[in-house]
Amino acid sequence: MSQPTPAGLKSSARTYTHPGLPEPADKDYAVIGKSKPKIDAREKVTGQARYTADLKFPNMLYGKILTSPHAHARILSIDTSEAEKIPGVKAVITHKDVPTLKYGISPARWDENIFCIETVKFVGDKVAAVACIDEETCYKALKAIKVEYEVLPAVLDPLHAMDEDAPQIHPEYPLNKNTEIHQNFGDVDEAFRQADYVRTDMFVGNRTYQAPMEPHTATSIWQGGKLTVYSSTQSPHYFQYYIAREFGLPMGDVRVIKTYVGGGFGGKLEPTGLEFAGAVLARLTGRPVKMFYDRAEMFAHNRGRHRQYMKLTTGVNADGRILGVHADFIMDGGAYTSLGIATAYYAGAMLTLTYDFENYRFDMNRVYTNLPACGAQRGHGAPQPRYAFEAHLDNIAKDLDIDPLEIRLRNARKPNTITPNEFVVNSCEMVACLEQARDISGWADKKGKLPAGRGIGVATGSFVSGAGYPIYRTDLPHAAAMIKVAEDGTAATLYTGATDIGQGSDTVLCQMAAEAMGYTYEQMKIVAADTETTPHDFGAYASRQTLMSGAAVKEAGDEVRKQLLEMAGEMVDLPPERLSVRLGRISAKDNPEITLTFEEAARTFFVQKGPLMGRGSYAPPKLGGKHKGAPVGTSPAYSFAAQVSEVEIDEETGEVAVLDVWDVHDCGQVINPALLHAQVHGALYMGMGESIWEEVRFDAKGKIQNPTLGEYRLPTALDMPRIHSSLVPSYEIAGPWGVKEVGEGATLPTMGCFRNAIFDAMGISVNSLPLTPEKVWAALREKRKANGEDIWDPMACECFLE
Amino acid sequence: MQAIADKQGVKRYIISLTVNGDEYSPVIKGNTLLVNLLRDGLDLTGTKKGCELGDCGSCTVLMDGKPVDACLVLALEADGCEIITIEGVAQHGELDRLQRSFIDNAAIQCGYCTPGMILSAKALLARNPHPTEPEVRAAIAGNLCRCTGYVNIVKAVLDAAEVTA
Ligand code: FES
Ligand code: FES
Repeated sequence: MSQPTPAGLKSSARTYTHPGLPEPADKDYAVIGKSKPKIDAREKVTGQARYTADLKFPNMLYGKILTSPHAHARILSIDTSEAEKIPGVKAVITHKDVPTLKYGISPARWDENIFCIETVKFVGDKVAAVACIDEETCYKALKAIKVEYEVLPAVLDPLHAMDEDAPQIHPEYPLNKNTEIHQNFGDVDEAFRQADYVRTDMFVGNRTYQAPMEPHTATSIWQGGKLTVYSSTQSPHYFQYYIAREFGLPMGDVRVIKTYVGGGFGGKLEPTGLEFAGAVLARLTGRPVKMFYDRAEMFAHNRGRHRQYMKLTTGVNADGRILGVHADFIMDGGAYTSLGIATAYYAGAMLTLTYDFENYRFDMNRVYTNLPACGAQRGHGAPQPRYAFEAHLDNIAKDLDIDPLEIRLRNARKPNTITPNEFVVNSCEMVACLEQARDISGWADKKGKLPAGRGIGVATGSFVSGAGYPIYRTDLPHAAAMIKVAEDGTAATLYTGATDIGQGSDTVLCQMAAEAMGYTYEQMKIVAADTETTPHDFGAYASRQTLMSGAAVKEAGDEVRKQLLEMAGEMVDLPPERLSVRLGRISAKDNPEITLTFEEAARTFFVQKGPLMGRGSYAPPKLGGKHKGAPVGTSPAYSFAAQVSEVEIDEETGEVAVLDVWDVHDCGQVINPALLHAQVHGALYMGMGESIWEEVRFDAKGKIQNPTLGEYRLPTALDMPRIHSSLVPSYEIAGPWGVKEVGEGATLPTMGCFRNAIFDAMGISVNSLPLTPEKVWAALREKRKANGEDIWDPMACECFLE
Repeated sequence: MQAIADKQGVKRYIISLTVNGDEYSPVIKGNTLLVNLLRDGLDLTGTKKGCELGDCGSCTVLMDGKPVDACLVLALEADGCEIITIEGVAQHGELDRLQRSFIDNAAIQCGYCTPGMILSAKALLARNPHPTEPEVRAAIAGNLCRCTGYVNIVKAVLDAAEVTA
């Protein structure tokens, strides 16, 4: 029943063959592929693990930042004299005391100052800071700083930010345009002309916040000309780079050390005022200064998910094959750029991955508003457009009377293809994911057959396994690693800049090191994420570490093994090629009688040749096309996922109970199954929170109304559905041992999946996130009204009228 | 309770409490929170702070056997009480069965919620050695975790309960 391709249009993806080595036949791994306990588990269950806020240093001071109470105002004067007089106040600083060089994590738009100079641009913008002998004195000092403001009109509605008469937030960026994108691939207009059916839908996303359990903290210490910063960071490297740049220091004189980090999810990727202000306060006082945000300040600092306004138009064949897509978006960037340029590009770039279509147009404006700046949150830019597209596709499927799962199978991307925006996809088990999700969820028995009020929905997602290009331009490799074997061979330490923020990279990288070396995981130690002692790595973002840091670790482990077997060969008088090592036992391949321990060979190596060490590094190949913004979304490999969920709607209250979620992932070779499924659980949890409850809300003056975990409404253990996390076999040629990402990909399908399940249950479309009971209830009412039912309108009742 | 006033006339109190079996008589202010006494005064930083508003449960400790948010308890109120923090759960270097179970069930990611979770779960198992899954979920509903979706945490608590069966 498949229709012929219309003339003059490309209808399916170009194919591509990766030049790498094929999948190995023998995958009898000794250490990887096993659910090893986390390397830091004991510290974490005993309370021994120290997070940045747990560190104390002799003579340490406490520091806090004074922030703006207005969304947009001119600073007329700042008077710190009263604050300075308070006993215990050691320093008070404003913009006059700090470098005025603008910074930001995106080099294309450095638009932040350590402290505001002329205007404050959102409620929470940084104005001054204090260092005091204790926390209580800090609050007294902040209260005593007098700032005179002239309140200015503010831009709070992103849809009017570009109006001619809207207040201007940054004079350098007229019409409050922060990022404007127009990308065009193939011929979308022709695709729409030739399509049997074209549909347009509008969707709106929600502003959400990462809300890691650990608040941001940074402690700065100067020793002579060298600055050491302990920070809850996702990337010691970017912190080091930007702190050095701001203060004109050589990178070698800035040491950033990650301690245990209590979750990041994108919110701890860029340095905050805590690092910059702390460094200045520590220098002025000559004492260590610990700076920290409380929960409300975390919400105000934000850098969470952008709210996006998404218009989608798609043309399809009569059989539902997608011919062309036009995505036309606006996103609320907040007061600063943060990582938002990348977010804006990601929003459109990632839409081409899960389905195969060749004609695509993407228009986007990321606008400045007088609200907290938005940045990268798990799934970076992609989850809301994915929600919109999956909802849009279900609308099309319904119009054409095609089963939602079937329309996805017909359009699913195939392996070894190239997307219209020039992403090379090697492994891709999109079809297998959909089929397995269909089978394990019992789709055929449920679709259209569930009792009233119940529904089932499906959606897909895909994500990068590491960004193809770093955030600022540099030719540094993306990851590097060293392994040092102890003198007697009884332990080996992995030194890596990779950053474990809870996802478990320390564990999986040690498993990978042990596998490559022929060693045991239990003997591995790790030193990670300290810019002075560990080799460079870009850190934890864009789901990059298993593939990229892993590739560097594998190379280092291979080098250890090679040297070890050469030594062993000399010891047993055999060429090294005839020896192998596994789990610390060296044996001759053709004579099992000849054995030697890893320890014996490593010790002899040390005695004869010095330290036994391995080194590795990884840089991705050159990726992507030549169009503007082409690097964003490039990756050596992409994960794919399908989710099915079943929901039950309470028609009276509009409440949505999610009963079950089935997630099927294609994430390549798995290193640690237990940790992998735990990533899926966590990603789904976040996706679920964003789908149904979470939203940062503002009052009419741009102040956050719900800056607490309770009112923002993080889901609790009572809110979670049954989760079934499943995998399809997959091998990624570009990754060490065939690995790909998992940690962010599983956030992508969730919102669309729930929306589609509600659509299936009640025939109503909720076109904005979160899918709250109020919205579901209102949509149900509209539907009943449209069906001619007589509905009592409480708002028309006199008792509600003034 | 003995009180002394400083030069500004702000009162300090000497309280006595037991923490993980050890007796302490710290001098505190009237507004000192139990969580800050534990973390700053006694250097027991295993008790975490995620909100200081009673929302997250990161600061959960056992006060006379009951789980409390230590950010909502004044140190003064802990006078004469027995407090157990996460540092007091393992005995002589031997992990508690809940701690083991959290490790075995991959119930830990960033670990920031873990101390509070383990103490809430410990209190549950003490009063109800064989909880059902909904009972486990209810017992940890005041402990937020941003990483795990609670899936493996619930499993870990149920598993630990099994061991005592
Ligand atoms: S810190 Fe006490 S409940 Fe959050
Ligand atoms: S493990 Fe990170 S908050 Fe629970």
